[in-house]
Amino acid sequence: MASRKIELMVGLFVVIAFAATMMLAMKVANQGMSGNGDTYQLLAKFDNIGGLKPRSAVKVGGVTIGRVEKIFLDPDDYTPVVELAIFKEYNEFPETSSVSILTSGLLGEQYIGFQPGFTFDGIEMLKEGDYIEDTKSALVLEDLIGQFLFSRDND
Amino acid sequence: MDNLVEIDNLSFSRGERKIYDGISLTIPKGKIIAVMGPSGIGKTTLLKLIGGQLRPDSGDIRFKGQSIPSMSRSALFTARREMSMLFQSGALFTDMSVFDNVAFPLREHAHLPESLIRTIVLLKLQAVGLRGAANLMPAELSGGMARRAALARSIALDPELIMYDEPFAGQDPISMGVLVKLIKELNDALNLTSIVVTHDVTEVLTIADYIYILAEQKIIGEGTADEIKQSQSALVQQFLQGKADGPVPFHFKANELKEDLMEKHVG
Amino acid sequence: MVSWLADVGAGTLNKLRAIGRATQILWGAVVAKPQPIKHFPLVIKQMHVVGVKSLSIIVVSGLFIGMVMALQGYTILVDYGAEGSLGPMVALSLLRELGPVVTALLFAGRAGSALTAEIGLMKATEQLSSLEMMAVDPLRRIIAPRLWAGLISMPMLAIIFSAVGIIGGHLVGVDWLGVDAGSYWSIMQATVEWEEDVVNGVIKSIVFAFVVTWISVFKGYDAVPTSEGISKATTETVVYSSLAVLGLDFVLTALMFGI
Repeated sequence: MASRKIELMVGLFVVIAFAATMMLAMKVANQGMSGNGDTYQLLAKFDNIGGLKPRSAVKVGGVTIGRVEKIFLDPDDYTPVVELAIFKEYNEFPETSSVSILTSGLLGEQYIGFQPGFTFDGIEMLKEGDYIEDTKSALVLEDLIGQFLFSRDND
Repeated sequence: MDNLVEIDNLSFSRGERKIYDGISLTIPKGKIIAVMGPSGIGKTTLLKLIGGQLRPDSGDIRFKGQSIPSMSRSALFTARREMSMLFQSGALFTDMSVFDNVAFPLREHAHLPESLIRTIVLLKLQAVGLRGAANLMPAELSGGMARRAALARSIALDPELIMYDEPFAGQDPISMGVLVKLIKELNDALNLTSIVVTHDVTEVLTIADYIYILAEQKIIGEGTADEIKQSQSALVQQFLQGKADGPVPFHFKANELKEDLMEKHVG
Repeated sequence: MVSWLADVGAGTLNKLRAIGRATQILWGAVVAKPQPIKHFPLVIKQMHVVGVKSLSIIVVSGLFIGMVMALQGYTILVDYGAEGSLGPMVALSLLRELGPVVTALLFAGRAGSALTAEIGLMKATEQLSSLEMMAVDPLRRIIAPRLWAGLISMPMLAIIFSAVGIIGGHLVGVDWLGVDAGSYWSIMQATVEWEEDVVNGVIKSIVFAFVVTWISVFKGYDAVPTSEGISKATTETVVYSSLAVLGLDFVLTALMFGI
């Protein structure tokens, strides 16, 4: 029957569209592969966050271990606080760890570089809601140039 | 009730142009009524008014005693199940086979099993002599066959009233003869009431029980076939005999030819 | 001057009347009394007509647009040593703009004009009147399934368009010009956001689908039932749809990505 063939074609159409959606979800937007798992929150204070944005990556040696959840100002001392959502599978970071705001390439996106610290007796692991004490702010190009000119004048 | 359709003092105009000016007519049950008149006086409009597709400016149309113009849309749809209309072109659905076309009103309105629908469709097609063409598409039919297929579709739901819009227009003599015979036979066999709108005089005079002749927004003559033939009205006689000139002028309303020509020179 | 004003007034009134009629059709077809179960097979059939049959033109166009964008993007990005960003450039342009917009324009030309012509011809051959006389509402029987089919099919086509375009970009960028395959995909993944980019693109496409299909069926239903009338209606479908899509695209982009 002719209508059977039509139903088949439309079914195929729907399947192709579904496959395309899955491709966009998995391969293009990377939905469901990262950020889907459970996370725990860490906080870090910076003097200057530069161009960091929510959803920027948090990386250890280039491996993404989480994302920036939100950015806000501490209501007491008006310094930026970054909330990091770290995947639960990476929950063994000592409190001596440090974070810095880095840039991928000359014009690239900014991300948070996470440097795991050393562990020895009396050092606890970071847990939900802890502040990471050791932070390095973003490098702002204008400040760099200013420093460079200033140090030249001193010569 | 004697009259299936009654039209009272109906007026209708399209834009500025007046089409009907207070006409009245009655369609008795079980008869074939012919409505004749020259082309372009809105005979089709009359059928659309009866079907409720158009609303009159004033006057009333009653179908089985109920006023069509004052019906709600759903009441109108209910009333339309008891009437059907054969359009001039046939108006078959071009994307379906003849069989599906005839089955269409059954599938839409009557919740019947497919086997019963098949039986009804084949019987209706048999009645118009097209059972062999059931699986053809409308594009493969000749004009006369398309009209017969459409006729089968119009009688699929066994309506009480069937309206024919110019059923003979553009048909060869044989198709015309077939259609005349079909209209008569169906009317008698199915106990239908038929309204035939046409300008083909000789064909319709042989089957019509009563005839109305429309011209210039009015009914200019009515009666049985014999009465019409004997009519004294010059207008009626001009129409019956097909004279080029007479009370219905050959020329469309215009200024004097001389004036128009002069104007052109000035322009 | 007075007559000019009168012309403007008359024109405005005509446009308003047309919008009123279009709304009436939409109301009658969709809002008044939807019959989803009874009309589901009709929607499937129309999805075949407007969706499946548009698939080839969508796939071919998507492929070529993705390829051209990769080619153009590469020649610019390579000067900055940023050819790794080719992936996100191709993906973002397709998902946010080209996918929904080009699909809508192609759809208007391929399926919209066909819808208008089909419905216009049904009107001219008295099929619509004949439905009415059979006590079948043409708005529900003819218009509604076509509206739904367009509304469902076009976003699906837009998604396919974007996906194929990204593959086309890969073909040219990675397989031909030698951009690293890893960076093509990974930087794309890092940049493209599901809600921000993909979902917003689909929302755009749904809006376009609604507008284009609505214009198409309205122009057909409202067509003057003569050859000139139908040809005029078909042209107007393509023109109005394209203008509406481009205008709405600006509005939607401003709402979604603007400040």
